Amino acid sequence: MTDKTVKVSIRNLYKIFGEDPAAALAEVKSGTSKPELLDRTNHVLGLNDINVDMNEGEITVIMGLSGSGKSTLIRHLNRLIEPTAGEVLVNDEDILSWKDTRLRQLRRETMSMVFQKFALLPHRTVLENAAMPLATRGVAQEARAAEARKWLERVGLSGQDDQYPHQLSGGMQQRVGIARALASNSDIMLMDEAFSALDPLIRTDMQDLLLELQSELHKTIIFITHDLDEALKLADHLVILKDGAVVQQGEPQAILLNPTDPYIEEFVADINRARVLRVRSIMTPAVPAGEIAGEVAPGDNLESVIARAGGDVAQTFRVVRDGKTLGYLGMPDIMRALVPRRSSGASAA
Amino acid sequence: MATYDGLFDTLGLRDWCDGGASDGPMSMADLMAKAQGGDKAGDTSLRDLPFPSLDALHDACAAIPQSRDLTKGLETGFLGIRDALRIVVDPLTQPLSWALESMLHLMTDTPWWIMVPVLMLITWAVSRSWKIVGFVALVIAGLAFVDHYEVAMQTLAIIFVCAFICVLIGVPIGIAMSRSDRLQNIVTPILDMLQTLPPFVYLIPLIFLFSVTEPKLYGIAVILYAIVPVVRLTNLGIRLVDPDVIEAADAFGMTRRQKLFGVQIPLALPNIMAGVNQTIMMSLAMVVIASMVSAPGLGILVLRGIRNLELGTGLVAGLGIVVLAIALDRVTKASLARIDASQAQR
Repeated sequence: MTDKTVKVSIRNLYKIFGEDPAAALAEVKSGTSKPELLDRTNHVLGLNDINVDMNEGEITVIMGLSGSGKSTLIRHLNRLIEPTAGEVLVNDEDILSWKDTRLRQLRRETMSMVFQKFALLPHRTVLENAAMPLATRGVAQEARAAEARKWLERVGLSGQDDQYPHQLSGGMQQRVGIARALASNSDIMLMDEAFSALDPLIRTDMQDLLLELQSELHKTIIFITHDLDEALKLADHLVILKDGAVVQQGEPQAILLNPTDPYIEEFVADINRARVLRVRSIMTPAVPAGEIAGEVAPGDNLESVIARAGGDVAQTFRVVRDGKTLGYLGMPDIMRALVPRRSSGASAA
Repeated sequence: MATYDGLFDTLGLRDWCDGGASDGPMSMADLMAKAQGGDKAGDTSLRDLPFPSLDALHDACAAIPQSRDLTKGLETGFLGIRDALRIVVDPLTQPLSWALESMLHLMTDTPWWIMVPVLMLITWAVSRSWKIVGFVALVIAGLAFVDHYEVAMQTLAIIFVCAFICVLIGVPIGIAMSRSDRLQNIVTPILDMLQTLPPFVYLIPLIFLFSVTEPKLYGIAVILYAIVPVVRLTNLGIRLVDPDVIEAADAFGMTRRQKLFGVQIPLALPNIMAGVNQTIMMSLAMVVIASMVSAPGLGILVLRGIRNLELGTGLVAGLGIVVLAIALDRVTKASLARIDASQAQR
C-alpha cells in the first residue's frame, strides 16, 4: 500500500440531521447510539465517525443497505451536503474550508458525478448533455462538441448525438451520464448507485464498460452500491457501511475471507465464493509434498481452477505470473475457502 | 333608553360617554323610530337583544362612533393620501397609458387587409399549425362580417398589452418567489386576495386615483386581475423541477445564473406557458368588466345591451367574446403543446 498516493481522504466525519446538530454531536461523541439519539432528541445520525482513504487510480466501493448513509457520504466529497464535523481532504487540501468559487472549481474540474437516476437535462440533446460540464466551464461550442462526441463514442453511443434523453433506454441514458462525467476530464469520479436502476444484463455490461475504461484511464473512482456482487466485481478497496458507521474496510477478498463482524458474515453468506475468490487470495508459499498438476494465474477465480481439476480433490497447482512462481494451491485449500468463514471473533476457537 | 346603557353605567364610563357626545346626523332607522313615536326601549326582551355592534353601543354611549363613521373614515383617509399617491403612481403608470393608446391606434388604424395577415402570421409563428391559423382567420372574418371588426381589435389590443406586461412583471416575481420561501409566504396571500376580490372592487379606488378618460385606469385593473396565474405557475414550475437534475447541475459546478437560465426556466417553461395562457384568458374576462370604466371593445356593446335592454346587441357581442376567447386559448395551448413535445418526459 505504500506506493499508492491517497487522493481523497475522509477524517472523523460526522453528519447529524436535525435542528441542533452541534448539541447532538456532543451526545454522539459521548456514546449515544443512533436509535437512542432519534428517540431522545429527534436527531438522525447520518454518518458516525467515518475514516476512509481513497487511493489514486483505484475504485473504492462504498457498500451498504438503504439507509446506511452511503449516498450521504458520497455527497460530502463534493459538498452537496455539508458535514456536521470532520475533514474531507482532496489532494491533501481540506475542501471544507473552501469558499464558493474554489468549491465550484473543484466540482467543475476535479470531480465529476454519475447519478442513479441519470439526471440528464431532458431539454438538451445527448451531445449537449455530454458537453454540459464543458459548457459550464465556458469552453467554446466547437471544442466542447468535439470532446463530447469523442467520449460518447468511447462509451458506445456514436450516432445518437441529436436524440433527446427520453428517446433512449435506461442503459443508454446512463452511458450518456458516464460520457458526461468523463468529458469533464476530472481525476475523480463519484458514482452514486450508477447501475442500480438498470436491469441485470445491462448492469453487467455497464460494469464491464467501467472496468475497461478504468484499465485505460486510471481515474480515482468512488462507487456507491447496495449490491455485493457488484461491489466485489469492481472494488479495489471495499468499505462496508451500516447505520452510518464503517463496519469493515479493506481489500474485498480479505473481507470475504476474514469477516470481522457477524453483520458482514451474514452479508457475504449468499455469495458464490467460487466465482468471487481469486487464486492469489488463498495460495500458500509452502511447497506441497504431492505432484503438481498444472499452473494457474493469480487472477483466476476458484471456479476455473475447480474446472481445471475436473473435480479431483487431490490435485495441487502452481501459481505462476510472467514465468515466476508465486505460490502453490491445493484443492483442500480451495474447499476450505468455499465454506463461509465465521467472523474472526467466533472462529478463534 | 338603549339596551347597553346599564353596561356603561356599571363600568363607570357614563361621564366619558356623555362628555364625548356630539349629535351626529341621524340614521334612517332612528328617523323611522322617531316618526312612529314609539319608545320601545325599556321593554326589550332577551329575544330582541341586539348584537353589541358599533351602532347599538352608540345608542347607549354617544362617545362610541357609528359604523358609518368607519366607511366614512376610510373614504376621507383615502382622499387624504390620494394626492400624494398620485404624484408617485401617475408617472409610474404613464407608460401603460401610452402603450395602450398606441396599441389601440395601431390595431384599429391599420387597414384590415394588413392586420388580418399579420395576426395570422403571429398565429403561425407561435402555433405552427395550419388548422389553428385557419380557425383564427375564420373567427376574425366572422367578427368582421357582422361589423364587429373594430371593437374586436380594440379588445385584442388591450389584451396584448396587458398580458405582455403581466408576463414582464409576473415571471420575475414568480422566479423570486421560487428562490425564497419567505417571499413566497408574503406574496401568496396578496395573490389570494387579488384572485378572490371581486373585480369591481379594484375599480373603485382606481376611479378615485385616475381620471376615467385615462386608459391606464382599466389597464391597471386588468393587469392586477390577470397577473396572478403567471406568477403562481412560474413559482410552481420552478419549484417542481426535478431535484435530481438540479443536484446534477450543482455537482458539475453551475453558478446560480447558469442553473436558472440553463436548467430551471427551460424545465419550468411548460408550466410558465400554462400560466401565460391563463393570464390571457383572465385579461379577456376583465377587459369586459373594465368596459364600465371606459375600456373600449366588445365589452362596451355588452354593457350597452344590459343598460338599454338591447338583447341582440348584447348577445352578438357576448358571442364575439366567446369566439375570441376560444381563438386565444387554442393559439396559446398549441404553443404550449409545442414546448411540451420538445421535452416530453415520458
